[in-house]
Amino acid sequence: MNFKLQIWRQKDRQSKGKLVDYEARDISPDASLLEMLDIVNEGLLLKGETPIAFDSDCREGICGTCSLNVNGEAHGCDHPGAVCELYMRRFRDGQKIIIEPFRLRSFPIVKDLVVDRSALDRIVQAGGFVSARAGSAPEANSILIPKQDADLSMEAAACIGCGACAAACPNASAMLFTAAKVSHLSLLPQGNPERTSRVLKMVNAMDAEGFGNCTNTYECEAVCPAEISASFIAKLNREYIRANWHTSGAE
Amino acid sequence: MIVAITGIILILFVVGHLLGNLQIFLGPDWINSYSEHLRELGPLLWAIRIFLLATVIVHIYVTIRLAIANRRARPKSYIDKENVKATFASRHMVMSGLIVLAFIIYHLAHFTFRKTDPRFGLLKLDPLNRYDVYSMMVYGFQNYVVSGFYVFALFLLFLHLSHGSSSFFQSLGLNNKKLEPRLALGGRIFAWLLFIGYASIPVAILLGLIKPAQQL
Repeated sequence: MNFKLQIWRQKDRQSKGKLVDYEARDISPDASLLEMLDIVNEGLLLKGETPIAFDSDCREGICGTCSLNVNGEAHGCDHPGAVCELYMRRFRDGQKIIIEPFRLRSFPIVKDLVVDRSALDRIVQAGGFVSARAGSAPEANSILIPKQDADLSMEAAACIGCGACAAACPNASAMLFTAAKVSHLSLLPQGNPERTSRVLKMVNAMDAEGFGNCTNTYECEAVCPAEISASFIAKLNREYIRANWHTSGAE
Repeated sequence: MIVAITGIILILFVVGHLLGNLQIFLGPDWINSYSEHLRELGPLLWAIRIFLLATVIVHIYVTIRLAIANRRARPKSYIDKENVKATFASRHMVMSGLIVLAFIIYHLAHFTFRKTDPRFGLLKLDPLNRYDVYSMMVYGFQNYVVSGFYVFALFLLFLHLSHGSSSFFQSLGLNNKKLEPRLALGGRIFAWLLFIGYASIPVAILLGLIKPAQQL
């Protein structure tokens, strides 16, 4: 298959980038979008041009590093799934494909299609952990957890931290990410002791990173490769209200 | 949360205002006595008006601040952006809200302060010596431009509330996976009912189904 590509090229953080036209020829329909970019890059290298910089790691939809907007959608049109799971058979032969990096103030562009998503790491560092002695694994059934709580927690824990939620959000809000990270710990007894302080710290960290505010458009859950439900945002709001209620009496 | 709570207050007002207005279909006596009762509240009526005004100001102030922060969060927008799930209504809340605000200002000048239509000054009191709200509404809406703007603003109010009337549940944390689609549908139905309810009044007047109780 052949494609007409328009790809964002930007030399470094400071420089002004622009869309550059490329041609992709003889691409297998079973190639992923990233594999197609590999092939285009090989051609660029042979011509002595600088290859297109893009992030990728696992190429099996679990690392969340790709951070691409393909034809206007975070991770492309094949939801749920990351860009490595977006196969060229999903496009028409000869179709124009626009590839841009995620665009948010909190994810500065490093080069071409590579963005710095460490803002998400800093939200997790603010409270997305359990402070406990990390010794050998205890006996599995020593802490009993209701099945529905464990399932719901696992649903939230499926978040791979790719940032597509914030990238697709009309307001550039990272609420779905933060909601998933807060929820999966607050649902479990191990996360319970820090439940109150965690949500306050993580929401403060999220605001400090300059993300936008949630207006409940649910665009995030539509593009999430891990199918995190926006109902976790309702849970985050509950946790936040509860935490403020608890701390207001404690002072 | 502030947006959600002020939004709920304003939704309650919109529902109450509609129920009051629909009394026009019950005849002049109903709606004239209703408005007479409202005016008899005196200081309480003013307290409610000031409370609503404060609610509107807080609702707009907070949302505009949020909207500015949201703009800043994405300094360079996408060259190509598709919306997978976000509705037109949900993405244009500020636009629909501000047009509704402009309408509210006109609407108050029109019917509450009666500054825009000189004919309202010619209206005589009704047989029971009450202000003839019934005839005022009929004469007011007989103007196609006035009714047109009214219906246009109502449609934007419908857009605003088709998102807002279910969105506040999510903001207050009162939502889950099962409830979400039902709330979204319920919100849209609620917004349509409000639109139909309000729009029925100028439509009925323009069709001549409701005639003024007195001649000017």
